[in-house]
Amino acid sequence: MQVIVQGYPAYAYTGGREFDASLPAVVFIHGAAFDHSVWQWQSRYFAHHGRTVLAVDLAGHGLSPGTARATIEEWARWIVDFLDAAGLAKAALVGHSMGSLIALETALRHGARVEALVLVGTAAPMPVGEAFLAAALDRSPAALDMEAVWGHSRNAQLLQSPVPGTTLLGASRALNDRSRPGVLHAALNACNAYRASMEAVRALEVRSLVVAGTRDQMTPPKAGKALAAEIPGAKLVFLDAGHSMMSEAPRELLGALRSFLG
Amino acid sequence: MAHSGPKTPHPDTLAVHAGQSPDSSTGARAVPIYQTASFVFPNTDTAAALFNMETPGHVYSRLSNPTVAVFEERIASLEDGVGAIATASGQAALHLAIVTLMGRGGHIVASSSLYGGSHNLLSYTLPRFGIETTFVPSRDIEAWRRAVRPETRMLFGETVGNPSVDVLDVPAVCVVAKEHRIPFLVDATVSTPVLSRPLHQGADLVMHSATKFLSGHGVVIGGVLVDGGRFDWQGSGKFALLTEPYDGFHGMVFAEESTAAAFLLRARREGLRDFGACMAPMTAFQILQGLETLPLRMARHIENASKVVAFLAAQKEVARVHHPDLAEHPDHALAKALYPAGCSAILAFELAGGREAGRKFIEALTLFSHLANIGDAKSLVIHPASTTHFRMDDAALAAAGITPGTVRLSIGLEHAGDLIEDLARGLRAASR
Repeated sequence: MQVIVQGYPAYAYTGGREFDASLPAVVFIHGAAFDHSVWQWQSRYFAHHGRTVLAVDLAGHGLSPGTARATIEEWARWIVDFLDAAGLAKAALVGHSMGSLIALETALRHGARVEALVLVGTAAPMPVGEAFLAAALDRSPAALDMEAVWGHSRNAQLLQSPVPGTTLLGASRALNDRSRPGVLHAALNACNAYRASMEAVRALEVRSLVVAGTRDQMTPPKAGKALAAEIPGAKLVFLDAGHSMMSEAPRELLGALRSFLG
Repeated sequence: MAHSGPKTPHPDTLAVHAGQSPDSSTGARAVPIYQTASFVFPNTDTAAALFNMETPGHVYSRLSNPTVAVFEERIASLEDGVGAIATASGQAALHLAIVTLMGRGGHIVASSSLYGGSHNLLSYTLPRFGIETTFVPSRDIEAWRRAVRPETRMLFGETVGNPSVDVLDVPAVCVVAKEHRIPFLVDATVSTPVLSRPLHQGADLVMHSATKFLSGHGVVIGGVLVDGGRFDWQGSGKFALLTEPYDGFHGMVFAEESTAAAFLLRARREGLRDFGACMAPMTAFQILQGLETLPLRMARHIENASKVVAFLAAQKEVARVHHPDLAEHPDHALAKALYPAGCSAILAFELAGGREAGRKFIEALTLFSHLANIGDAKSLVIHPASTTHFRMDDAALAAAGITPGTVRLSIGLEHAGDLIEDLARGLRAASR
């Protein structure tokens, strides 16, 4: 489905079902230089089980044209405008990595629009190393390697994928490789620069779940645990996976989302 | 500024480990052979979710199987693709690629330097189903460009064509493919991922006859098709099969469902489902045994082939040797650039005595096996004009670099001295 957000078309995958604004909505938000397809399994499940689903392609990503935003705060504004364009007064936001920061900031600034908050592979702050930023700025293949390797469990190349016949790292790296020039650097920069208002986090009144991967090399589980401890009433679930829980542990992540979102 | 990424496992390590975690239920270190047709659903909800692609998993071994999946993931890792589909044979892999990309009215531009079986499929069989192929000399890049039509949906060539060991300039053909937004499928059977990775050179899809070097011991028939995951199906505008809803599978738009693996998704959900040319678990297991030693074997194959080439080139009974090791081979420089570790354990040569000399030569050999295959641990010999390429007319034979006196060798893992002694015996017989 396509809507117009801030003057540009914005694409969202609807999980194989027509979008229906009368149903409770789940909005899935991908991470840096990815797109909606990272939520392939989870979005399809909820679309067929009582929810309407929008797995969005952020501006400049996937099938959405336009420019990647420079800050998480701008992305949060973009998400609210996206909800408006879709005719959704409220939605559960499920974000991964950079998407988790966007979901968090949206909840902090526009809590009334967020029915529930799920942060997958998260950390706040989310520092990004100088070498990673520099490689992304120069559009070096090394940046794609860093994103792929650190974005999964250690030695994920050697593990059997939960999706038969698909390689965890290869699929992830190909998706990053398809992203438009400059998008990865803009996204990493936005993550690195973002500082959530911890005062606002401690006052958050949105039902929240943090999902942390015990083998996450990018946002270590202790970072997810620390953030969950700051959000009033937040649930914390650990999965035996690296940063890319949607593909490394698709069934287990879906189980956590089902338990939380119902 | 130079950047260095994190260290990743070397291909030698991937060949042994990629795609296999030790079996979680038994602890088995080797890849278990899941010799089962179907997989039990734990409950009705999971069954429905598997059919509707709400959760990944195995349903029926025609679509996927845990043993076969290890092979698929291992070869995809070695080729640096997003995934792979194992097939009943190399021919089935080629067929699966074609029928996933086009239907009636589709057109292919292919190198004329192809395996005879592929030539049969493209030249004789597919036209019956409304799919035409234009064959072009593999080295003539302008001919590739001129042959592309509005209805062209695929470019196709072999990294190293046999029997003349024509080296395809994969990067140059990739330029043509990109100009026309058409995917380029490369058959890398002869080179294997040990000697080159066509996806790194810009190809979009790679296939192998796994019967050959991947398994390496001449004991199975199998194939595999790897997707690089970079082709822009939406941007091309030529692949409604991937960008429009498919009534045959939940109205799915494959390019939206899976951005990077859309091709594989349709190939598995439609191609394997409906055409059914899947790989058996035992076959996958046997190929995996071969893959573990592929880097070691390829080094020996190449080393032996170089010694044989040098020997044959010095014999008066031999009119010509086709192998890029030799400076006079038209692809000598290209092979050095694309295949620094060597490019082919297959070679061909022409006996001065023509067809009759070829017959005497082959019948005098005692170590080489006279059969229709390549890529075995055992050295092999064949006369292409009367066997693998016999359906080709003289013009097609000439285009593929074959004369009536051409003899093809597939150099195995025996001691090079023994191979050369056997060849010398054959040459003596041929000259009598």
